[in-house]
Order: sequence, then C-alpha cells, then structure tokens
Amino acid sequence: MNWFRRVTQGIHTQMSERKEVPDGLWHRCSQCKTTTTTRAHKNNLWVCTNCDYHSRIGSEEYFEILFDKGTARKLFGNLIAKDTLDFTDSISYKKRLQQSQKKTGLDDAMQVAVGKLNGSELVVACMDFSFIGGSMGVVVGEKISRAIDHCLEHHLPLLIISKSGGARMMESAFSLMQMAKTSAKLTLLAEAKLPYISLMTDPTTGGVTASFAMLGDLNVAEPNALIGFAGPRVIKETIRRDLPDGFQTSEFLLEHGFLDKIIHRKQLKDQLGQLFAHFRQ
Amino acid sequence: MVFLDFEQPIEELTERIARVKEIGNTEKVDVSKTIVELEQKLVLAKQRVYKNLSRWQRVQLSRHPERPYTLYYIQQMFDNFVELHGDRQVADDKAIVGGLASLNGKSVMVIGHQKGTDTKSRQYRNFGMANPEGYRKALRLMHLAEKFDKPVICFIDTPGAYPGLEAEERGQAEAIARNLFEMSRLPVPIICVIIGEGASGGALGIGIGDRILMLENTWYSVISPESCSSILWHTWEHKEKAAEALRLTPQDMLQFKLIDEIVQEPFGGAHHDPAQTAATLKNTIEKYLTDLLVLNKKTLVSQRIQKFSTMGEFAQK
Repeated sequence: MNWFRRVTQGIHTQMSERKEVPDGLWHRCSQCKTTTTTRAHKNNLWVCTNCDYHSRIGSEEYFEILFDKGTARKLFGNLIAKDTLDFTDSISYKKRLQQSQKKTGLDDAMQVAVGKLNGSELVVACMDFSFIGGSMGVVVGEKISRAIDHCLEHHLPLLIISKSGGARMMESAFSLMQMAKTSAKLTLLAEAKLPYISLMTDPTTGGVTASFAMLGDLNVAEPNALIGFAGPRVIKETIRRDLPDGFQTSEFLLEHGFLDKIIHRKQLKDQLGQLFAHFRQ
Repeated sequence: MVFLDFEQPIEELTERIARVKEIGNTEKVDVSKTIVELEQKLVLAKQRVYKNLSRWQRVQLSRHPERPYTLYYIQQMFDNFVELHGDRQVADDKAIVGGLASLNGKSVMVIGHQKGTDTKSRQYRNFGMANPEGYRKALRLMHLAEKFDKPVICFIDTPGAYPGLEAEERGQAEAIARNLFEMSRLPVPIICVIIGEGASGGALGIGIGDRILMLENTWYSVISPESCSSILWHTWEHKEKAAEALRLTPQDMLQFKLIDEIVQEPFGGAHHDPAQTAATLKNTIEKYLTDLLVLNKKTLVSQRIQKFSTMGEFAQK
C-alpha cells in the first residue's frame, strides 16, 4: 500500500512559474559530449577543452578573437537582401529573411569590419552560418565586392572567413553570379598586389569554395573543418560507395595540396598577424 | 524523331500523316487533300505547344536527346578545327573539348562541354559533367589563346560539374574558382553561349565572358530543378514547381540583365533544324566579335569586370 496517492494526474504548474536552469550556463561539446561552463568554453575561444573540437561561431566572435580591443569598425551594415524572384518554398523568401534577421540579429550571412590585428590595419569579411546556412546571395557578394573596394582605396590587406553551405538557392542565377562577381573583383586586389588570405571554417562548401574561398594568396583553414565542392551525401549517392574517413576535412585538403596550412583557433590571431606581416616587410 | 511528353499531339499528327502517305503510295489513291488538312492541323498543334512553353518544358527541350552539342556546332560554324587534348597534369577530360578553329579565316579558340549521343558515348563523355582536369584543360587553352591573341568562344551545356570522390581529391572547387578568376582578366575577347543546360558552377566554370548568349530553349541556374526540388520538398516530384521558382529560362535571364541576348531556335527546338540553329548562332557570334575586337585590352577587361560586378539587386536600410 502506498503512503501517498496521486490525487490529480499530470503537471499543473503554469509555464510562467516553471523553474529551470538559466539558458547558456553550460556547454556540451557536440563531438565528445563533455560538459563545461559556457564561460570556460568562451575563454577557450569556443574550442572544446577536452577534444579540441572547434565549435561553429559567428562573425561577432571572430571579430572579438581577431581585432585588437576597441579598434574594429563595421562597414556596409546597411545592405539587405531583395526578393527579386518572388521565391516561395515552404515559406516565402521574404518571410525567411525576416525570420532569420529576427533570430540572429544579423542583416545577412556576412559582416565586414575594418580594424587592427596586432597593431596592423586590415579588412575582415566574415560569414555567419546561422543566417540561412551562411548561403551566398547578392548581399554577401556585394559586401565582398565593397570590402575589396575599401582595401583598394585604403591600401589594406583582406581576410575573408568562409562558413557556408554554398550559393543561396532562393536567389537562383543572381546568387550564381556572385561567384563570378567576387572572383572578378579579386583580380583587382591581385593587380594592386594587396594580400588576401582566405580562412575556411566548418563548413565551407559549394559555390563559396568554388569561388573566393579557394582564391586566397594563402588558403588556410581551422582544424577538422568540412571543405568541399559537392556535399558528402551527393557524392555518396553518385559513386554508390562509402566515403573514406576524414574525406573533405581540412587535413584531407592539406594532404592533397589545396591548403597552405591549418591553424588552431587559439593561434589564429598571432599566426594570421605573422603571415600578413611577411607581406608588409 | 524523339517526342517529349508534352509534344504528344504533334507526335500523333506526324504519325497520321506518315500513315496516310503510305496508304496513298501503296493503294494508289489520291490522299493529297487529307494530307493538306492534316498538315494544317499539325501547324496549329505546333503553335499551341511551342508558343506557350512552361519553364519545365524548356528544361526538357534543353535535354532533348537529339539536340546538337558542342562538336556539332564547331563542325558547322568553323573551318580547320584541330582538337587539342589534356590539362598537362592529370588527364584528358572527355566532358570538355577544345581546340583551334577558323571563323571566316581568322583563328579562334573554341571550348565547350560535350555530351554523348548514345549510351556508350554518353558514358565516355561522362554526361557532360567535367572533372577538375576539364576545367584545367579549358584554362590551359585560354592561356594559349591569350599568348597568341586569339578570341575565345565557349559553348556551355552541362548538368553540373562531376560530384565524384576523385574530383574532390583533385580540387574541383579550386579548378572552377581559378577559371572564374583567370577568365575575368583574360586580355582577349570571350563569348559564352549556353547551348543546352547551364547548371551552376559547372557551367560558370567556362562561363565568364564579355558577352553571354543563350539559345532559346536552354536554362541557367544555381541548381537543377530536380536538386532544388529534392532539397526544398525532399522529393524530385516537384521539379516543375522548382523550375518555375528558379526563373531559369533565357527570357528570365535577359529580364534580370544577366545575359546579353537570346538566340532564336527553329520552331520546336534546335534539333528540328540543327544547321539553321548553327547558322543563326554563327551570325550572332560574328556580330559581337566584331564589336569586341575593336576594344583595347584594358578596356575589354575592365568592362568585363564591371559587367559582373554590377550583377544582382539589393535593398538599403
């Protein structure tokens, strides 16, 4: 016989009175499942203290890691996407843009800033995967184009940090032409002999890899990032066999000769500073 | 002739005309009146079908098995074609062909995707899907054209760059990116023509030029309608819907100012009269080449970069 009997079934506490652990106090590594505090994770530059897994972070975080404190100034923040095609899938593209803007607090999948890295000025254009998979539409293309113009005008080096699923389907041929646009503009930077370093992070695929991301004077990557042209699922379906371990990782690309080096996030600022310094001296 | 699903009324009438003609021959009866009637009906049926093509139907026409491919156009439009092979690094890609040819007595470099015409040759050409070697062969030929000051003409017709394991190992993305970069600044005139399918980076990899033309029944998009459908709706069934949403026809592209001109095809598609298609295309290419050859190299390149730099509309806050 039970001492206590349940008189009413279910949970009756109002949602508003619900008590829970505050959001964002703990971080669980998505690779090794080790739990740490968010603060410890952040202090380690969002790299797992146990397994070295580099968590996907956004442009704000990269700006914080790379720029000397208080030197960064954002550029071209006024550009927003236009739904020229009137594209609708499960929801309209207009709505998708609004939802993404609200969810991420960003205007589109790229932010550009100018500032100092170890005392030297440069322009950094960084993609945000949280905004429609970091897809490249007209705004991303235009921001890169303007970032290059800014470099040309002020004689500054350029760093582009890629993190993208590829071209943005909802802008169809317009997004395709951003591959052409960014590559064409990079020829001007090359002609002016201004250095451009491309940093590829997890993931960098499709039209982004097949344009500006592979066109750096130096191509570098974070460890263990997925980098490729076609996605692993598409390749698997095409060739109908399993893909080898480590296929399309940074280490794979380094081995096949498509990267200059792999840089751990904790050394990122210093090593990039050192590389840019070589072009100055 | 192979008929597509939406061409069924035309197929039926064509067959009836053939049957009536046969009866006329064997039975020695006068069928001329019936034939005239049927042929009038055929003209009307053709108008009904071809004047209101949906976007998906144009995609189907662009893939018609009897449609002419790059090597056909080269044979028709140019003299003294010498095919040149290999990227000097890994292999000779059969999905992209190229070489020197004469256009009205002047040498040019022609490059294009090549598809096969039967099962065996389709496999040999890898269905027009190039590996990195193909793009690198194209680039080698373009640099050769640059060295000897020859214009470049590219024919685009691909369902996409090949998504294979070795293609990734040998840097498919790098090969395409490099072509976009180098073609942007190549100091000779480049004319690109979409003659069939223009799928994504695989098409763009030989698609940067001073003038971009599209044949009437072709498409150009960041993704094929089938792949778009499978990503958005998790099935290939909605390809018609995807084709509409992607706005991928030459008319769409011209309206968006992403191409320079639509080249008319014979009624019903290029395969109805390939020679006529080649003749029209030759005229158009000659016209643009004359315009481009008078420009000095610096102007040519800076206009080309400017052309691609202004593509795409955006809003400002």
